[in-house]
Amino acid sequence: MMNILIHLALLLALPPLLLGVINKTKAWFGGRTGVPFLQLYRDLFKLFRKGYVLSDSTTWIFRAGPLVTLAATAGAGLLIPLGRFVSPLSFTGDLILFAYLMALGRFFTTAAALDTGSAFEGMGASREVTFAVLSEPALFFAYLTLAKVSGRLSLTGMLHGYAGGFSAGTVAPLVLTAIGLFIVMLAETCRVPVDDPNTHLELTMIHEVMILDHSGPLLGTALYAASMKLFVLGAFLLHVVAPFGTGTAWLDWPIFVAEMLALAAAIGVLESIIARLRMRRVPYLLVGSLLFCASAFILLVRL
Amino acid sequence: MDSMVLILSASGIFFLSGFPALLLRRHPAAGRRIATVAMICGSALGLAGVAAAIVSALTPSFDAAWSLPWGGFSVRADPLALVFLLPVFILPTLASIYGLGYAGQGTKDEDGPRLGLSFGILAAGMTVTAVARDGALFLLSWEIMAIAAFFAGSIDEDDAEARRAGWIYLVATHAGTLCLIAMFALWNRATGSFALVPNAAVDSGTAGTLFVLALVGFGFKAGLMPLHVWLPGFYAHAPSQVAAVLSPVMSKMGVYGLFLVTVMLPSGEAWWGEAALAVGAITAVGGIAFAAAQSDAKRLLAYSSVENVGIIVMGFGLALLGRVSGRGAWIALGAGGALFHVWNHGLFKSLLFMAAGSAERAAGSRDMDKLGGLAARMPKTAFLFTVGALAICGLPPLNGFASELPIYIGLFSTLGLDGRPAHPGAAVAVAALAMAGALAVAAFVKALSAIFLGNTRGAALSPARDPSAAMLGPMVLTAVACAALGSAPLLVVPLLDRVVAFWAASAGLPSLGAAAPYRALGIAGPALAAAVGLLALIAIARKPAGIGRRGSAVRIGTWDCGYARPTARMQYSSSSFARSIVTLFKYLLYPKKLNPDVVGAFPVVSRHDDEVPDTIHERIVLPFVAFIERSLPRMRWLQQGQTHHYILYMLVILFVLLAVGGIL
Repeated sequence: MMNILIHLALLLALPPLLLGVINKTKAWFGGRTGVPFLQLYRDLFKLFRKGYVLSDSTTWIFRAGPLVTLAATAGAGLLIPLGRFVSPLSFTGDLILFAYLMALGRFFTTAAALDTGSAFEGMGASREVTFAVLSEPALFFAYLTLAKVSGRLSLTGMLHGYAGGFSAGTVAPLVLTAIGLFIVMLAETCRVPVDDPNTHLELTMIHEVMILDHSGPLLGTALYAASMKLFVLGAFLLHVVAPFGTGTAWLDWPIFVAEMLALAAAIGVLESIIARLRMRRVPYLLVGSLLFCASAFILLVRL
Repeated sequence: MDSMVLILSASGIFFLSGFPALLLRRHPAAGRRIATVAMICGSALGLAGVAAAIVSALTPSFDAAWSLPWGGFSVRADPLALVFLLPVFILPTLASIYGLGYAGQGTKDEDGPRLGLSFGILAAGMTVTAVARDGALFLLSWEIMAIAAFFAGSIDEDDAEARRAGWIYLVATHAGTLCLIAMFALWNRATGSFALVPNAAVDSGTAGTLFVLALVGFGFKAGLMPLHVWLPGFYAHAPSQVAAVLSPVMSKMGVYGLFLVTVMLPSGEAWWGEAALAVGAITAVGGIAFAAAQSDAKRLLAYSSVENVGIIVMGFGLALLGRVSGRGAWIALGAGGALFHVWNHGLFKSLLFMAAGSAERAAGSRDMDKLGGLAARMPKTAFLFTVGALAICGLPPLNGFASELPIYIGLFSTLGLDGRPAHPGAAVAVAALAMAGALAVAAFVKALSAIFLGNTRGAALSPARDPSAAMLGPMVLTAVACAALGSAPLLVVPLLDRVVAFWAASAGLPSLGAAAPYRALGIAGPALAAAVGLLALIAIARKPAGIGRRGSAVRIGTWDCGYARPTARMQYSSSSFARSIVTLFKYLLYPKKLNPDVVGAFPVVSRHDDEVPDTIHERIVLPFVAFIERSLPRMRWLQQGQTHHYILYMLVILFVLLAVGGIL
């Protein structure tokens, strides 16, 4: 029970801090002081107190967009186990619900963007759905590999299943899967090298350009949902790259939080040392992640 | 016997429903109403029959002597027939009610009687096809269904495109029927009768041939990927209430045929399931990739039907694999998921066709590059279309997710997680299903926003309004059914379990409700809806006050980057939205582009054209037809145009056949 409460608290409270860590890391790399770690909390607090501006052309879908995305992402956050702890909600096949909740969020984010009738936002929405066409099968190949290694078909079972040890033959597939999943995570959360979250108005943006017309609480909800998506996908990835645990609850929670912050710092480092790809190059990167995940599965079943 | 009488009389009423309108040519509206009332009566009788058969758990049947030289009049409402009878008794009637408001695509009164007549005969043909358990009767009703669909679908005779689409359909459906005739002839040779009942005595070579013939013959009707060429054009040009029956119900008769033939045959070999899985995966990904690229709203929906048939056939292939290797879970999840998806696709696809048809009628076009912004004037239709779009993308908590979930889990379980032999080749289909899912989101976000969201692109859309209650009612019913089946799938599990046990001819199968996490889904779906509702309430509870103040909302134009004269034509259109996907799949889609030449500093008016025609049709069918046209004129001397010559040919052929028969 305690663990479920901690799970909920972390899911709701931690995500904005991750963006703070990423930005602080990037500022540190650039030799700047940077915004405070807690800046996004302040931004959200400010946005939720404001009024909002709606475009004439928008309908209820525009307002539903951030709300449904937040609800779907939080739903996915209830399915994912954090660290060594089982998730609050776990059943056979919940991994498919997890992926489809993400897709539900995508449906509403992109539909809300198109609801404004702005060419900018259409561009972002078009890219978002296109890149998902490549990242979704990559995610499912990763599922196949993880399910085969662990012998389980629920997220908790699958992601905890091999922590106790696995045979030497599964090392290579797991490494390949980790690389593929890392790229999928960067693409799904719109980070460099797929998207650059720092600028709004470039023609090359994806997520930021889709929420261009959202303001006030709606913008706050969209930003909060985006950070929660980073948290959820990061928690998924951590199981593959750092399946460590002691078995003692009061030690494992701090370990998980530290891992999560380290992942955010790693993303910050990555964003500091590489440039964003040109948009037409992004599909190659995503096909690369698909190939990583697919060859991991082929290695696993044929060796 | 009693419920069989009900079902057969339902088909009789369907058959006759269009005839009174022929006598009432002066009063077309009255004729239409009589036809719809007759359809409702037929449906009520038929549903009563189906319900009685479900409750009694018996298999009502009826056999009669038959003066034709083959077989007999043999009908049987076994569980498989019941599954396919349900949509036949529900969806055409809803479409007929919708049609009262829609009244034909060309809204020409003289088309009304013909439409009503062929619509009723189509429904009757489908009913008999679903219960026919004799080869000759099956082919007869199959052919009646196919021809009635031709007359109902190509009602718009003034449109050359529509006539062409009708002809392509007619050719394709008869190509399929040829395969079926060959199949039934072979079945008769192998078993000694046309009775469509399980027969384990068929040897494996013949069974394999029968399976391939069924896959091709029924594949034409279902729209499996290389055989789907007739489907996009025919659905696009059919009146919406007909399209709302053709795709959800008539095409599914192809799926029904596949299940029926595999009931009759022994469990076969592993390659059957593998072939079905491969064809299903290609159909699913290819169909939805084409859908995402279309600008015509109804063509998009038609291609998405191809995708959904692919998903169903993937589940069918998984069940075949399970049957041959004795894996109950694969059968339950594959066949159960596939049959559930047959219902679900029927519901949301007819909802989408009806909603898109209302938009088409209100706005006068189904070219999505010219539509847009209809949600402001048709809020109810827009909401209903959104429900259908979410359901067809397989998104929780609607019914598309409930039926894709077991297929996913079944494909995952081919990894051999329980320690028994794995079939990892089948598991790869998971990735195809996932890609199809992502493409479906792209296609339907595009359809929703290009038709209903953003700003109005074309001219003269001002009179658009939500349609009448006759048109909204059926849409609301199907949307409610989508939500209900999505959050409470356990309701239909007992019936699905019975059908799966019947299909696999084995009793010890796990229940679909136990193999798929429907109990959890029943909690997760409403919980998700509740969370969204709560967030929305919090958002609404804030009272407006003034610019920038807490909780206020201000309405101004979309932010336009300071550009002084933005127009609606600048927003992302259907084609521009799909462009990156078309580029990604250009080796499958072969887009045709006509780019404008921009010359000088002040270029003159120019045009850009961009379309994605069907690759199979353009690159295989048309060249083949052209080849026939080029190479066959040499045979033209045979075609004298004189009847006695033709009679002579027939005589000669009969003699040759007699001689050949004598030798064999």
